Amino acid sequence: MDFSILISDFWSLGLDGLVVGAIYALISLGYTLVYGVLRLINFAHSEIFMIGTMAVYFVVLQFGFTGYEDPLPLIKFIGIFLLFATVAAIVSGGSAVLLEIVAYRRLRNMGASRLSSLISAIGASFFLVEVFRKISDSKNLDFPRLINKDPFFTVGTLYLSADKVLVLVGATIIFLILNRIINHTKLGMGIRAVSQDERTAILMGVNVNRIISYTFLLGGVLAGVGSAFYMVFYETTKANVGFLVGISAFTAAVLGGIGNVRGALVGSFALGLIQQYTSAVLGYNWRDVVTFVILVLVLLVKPTGLFGEALQKARV
Amino acid sequence: MALMKASAFNLRDKFGDWWDGANSAQRTVFRIVLIGIFYALPMLNNPIIDTPETSFSSVLFYPLIMFSLMAVGLNVVVGKSGILDLGYVAFFAIGAYTHAVLSIHTPLNFWEILPFAMAFAMLAGVILGLPALRLRGDYLAIITLGFGEIVRIVAVNTEAIGGAAGLTDIPGPTSILGIEFTVMDPRPYYWLTLTLLLLVIWGVIRLSHRKPGRAWEAIREDEDVAEFMGVATLKYKLWAFIIGGAVGGLAGAIYASQIRSIQPELFTLNLSIMILACVVFGGMGNIWGVILGAVILGYAPEKLRFLSDYRIIFFGLLMVVMMNIRPNGLMPRKKREHFQEKSK
Repeated sequence: MDFSILISDFWSLGLDGLVVGAIYALISLGYTLVYGVLRLINFAHSEIFMIGTMAVYFVVLQFGFTGYEDPLPLIKFIGIFLLFATVAAIVSGGSAVLLEIVAYRRLRNMGASRLSSLISAIGASFFLVEVFRKISDSKNLDFPRLINKDPFFTVGTLYLSADKVLVLVGATIIFLILNRIINHTKLGMGIRAVSQDERTAILMGVNVNRIISYTFLLGGVLAGVGSAFYMVFYETTKANVGFLVGISAFTAAVLGGIGNVRGALVGSFALGLIQQYTSAVLGYNWRDVVTFVILVLVLLVKPTGLFGEALQKARV
Repeated sequence: MALMKASAFNLRDKFGDWWDGANSAQRTVFRIVLIGIFYALPMLNNPIIDTPETSFSSVLFYPLIMFSLMAVGLNVVVGKSGILDLGYVAFFAIGAYTHAVLSIHTPLNFWEILPFAMAFAMLAGVILGLPALRLRGDYLAIITLGFGEIVRIVAVNTEAIGGAAGLTDIPGPTSILGIEFTVMDPRPYYWLTLTLLLLVIWGVIRLSHRKPGRAWEAIREDEDVAEFMGVATLKYKLWAFIIGGAVGGLAGAIYASQIRSIQPELFTLNLSIMILACVVFGGMGNIWGVILGAVILGYAPEKLRFLSDYRIIFFGLLMVVMMNIRPNGLMPRKKREHFQEKSK
C-alpha cells in the first residue's frame, strides 16, 4: 500500500482513467447492444476488438515507419489516423457480422440453449486468438510512435498530450453519432424495438435477423474505432490483447447495467478511473484482479448495474 | 422420434441396447475385460497406437488419463448440472500448489496430502460457488473465467509460492504396494490415476442415480421449474461445483507429484477450454462420452504432430462445429433416464 503516487499524480491519473474509460466505452457498447437484442453475452467480442488492432497494425506497416522518425505533423497524422480507423472499423464490423452468422445464427434458429450459443462463441473466440497467434508468431506487435506525446499543456500535475486529447475528442464525436443512430434513425428504432420485445417487433414487421446483423455490425464498428484509439494510446498489440481489455469492457458494461447504452458509458469511465487509482495504490500487477473483484461484487450486489437494463429508453 | 432417427450415428443407444439385453454375468465379464485392457495399456508396445515423439506411456498419463479425470470432474458441473464453468483449471492449480507447498514445507507425504489437496479445492469451490452460483448462465461463465485467471495472477504475484518461476523439486509419492514412483517412469502414475478415475466414475454414477443426480438433471433442464418443484437448487449446484472441484484438485496433486516442478503458466485458460472441449465433444452429461472425448482430443494431437501446433485452433473450431451440427456430442446422454426406467 503506497498512497504517495496517488496523491502526487491524482489529476494525471484521473485524465488517464478517462482516456482508458473512453476506449473501454467503445468496446463495452458492443457488449451492451448485442445483449440488448439477443439477451446474450457476445463472448467473442473481445476478439473483434483484437482483429481491429491487428488491422491498424498492418495498415500502418504499409507506410514503412521504423519508429525512429520524427513525429508526424498533426494534419498528416489525422489523415493517417482516419485511414486506419476506417479500415479497422470495416474489418471489425465485417468480422462481427461474420461471427454472428457462423457462431450464433444457426443455433438461434434451432432454438438451442444459451449454453450452446455460449460454447460456440467461446470456440470462435479461441479459434480467432490462435489464428492470430500463429500469424503474429506469439510476438508483441509494436506500433511506431506517430504523434508527439510530450505534454503541450500543464496545470499542476495534469499533463495534457495530443494522443489523450485525440482519444477524448474522437470518442465524444463517436458517442454523439451513436446517439443520433440509436434515437433518430430507422435502424435505431429497430434495435430499440427488438430489445424491448422481440415478438412484438416481429409482428410489427421488423426483420429481426437483419436488425441483429446490423447490431453486430454497429458493435464491431465501434470496437474497430476503439482499437484505433487503443493503438494510438498503448502502441502495442498481441493475439490475446482482447482478453483483458474485453473483460474490462464487459465489467464496465455490467457496472453501468448491461443492455443500457448510457450505463455502458458511465460504467466505462468509472472503471477506467477505478483501475488507474487502484493500480497506483496496489501496483499494476493487481489491476486485473481488481477488475474481476468489481465484476463479482456488482453482479452479486446489484446485477442490473447502476442504470439497469433499459436500452429502449436509452440516451447516449 | 424424428429427431432420434435423424442422428443415426448414436453410439450410446447402439451400445445401450446391447447392454440392456445382456445378463449380469455378461456385464461383469465386459467390465473386467475393459478395465483389464486399460490397466494393460502402458505395457503394450504396439506401433499402431504408439505416438511418434513422446513415449506412449507418458502420453497415457498426460494428457490422456489426466484429461479424462478432469473431464469427468467438469462433466459433473457442466454436463450434469448445466453450470458453465470456464475456470476449472483453478481447481487443478489449487490441487497442484497444495501438493507442492505441503510436500516441500511439511513432512507429510503424497498420500497424506491428497485429502488436503481435495479439501482446499472444495473450499475454493465453496468460496467461489456460494456467491457466484446465485447467478445464471453467461454471468456465471464470466465469473468462473475470472476466478481461473485470478488464481493464476495471484500465483504469479505471490513470491511465497514461487511467483512466476513456480516451485521446483517437488517430492513424488512414496512407494505403495511395492510400486515405486520414479521421475523416469510415468506408468505407476497412470495406474494410480486410472484407479482413482475408476473410483470417481463409480462415485459419480452412484450419485447421478440418486437424489443429487435427479436434482442436477432438473436444474439443467429448467432451473426455475426445478426450484418451483422444491429442489434446493443452490444447494445442489454448490454440491456439483464442490465435487467437480475436488476431482480437479485430485488431478492437480497427482500432476504436480509427477512433473516435479510447477509454474503458474501451466494453469492457463487454455487448459480450462481444452477440458471443456473434451466434455462438449464427447457428449455433455454422459460420463463415457466425455472420457471418449478426452481420449480422442488428448490423443489426436500427440499422434498427428501437425495437429499439435494448431491444437487450440482445432479445439476452438471443433466447439463451434459441434455446437452447430451435433450439439449433444459424439455420445449424447440418454434423455429422461429416470422417467423411462419408471415407466417400464
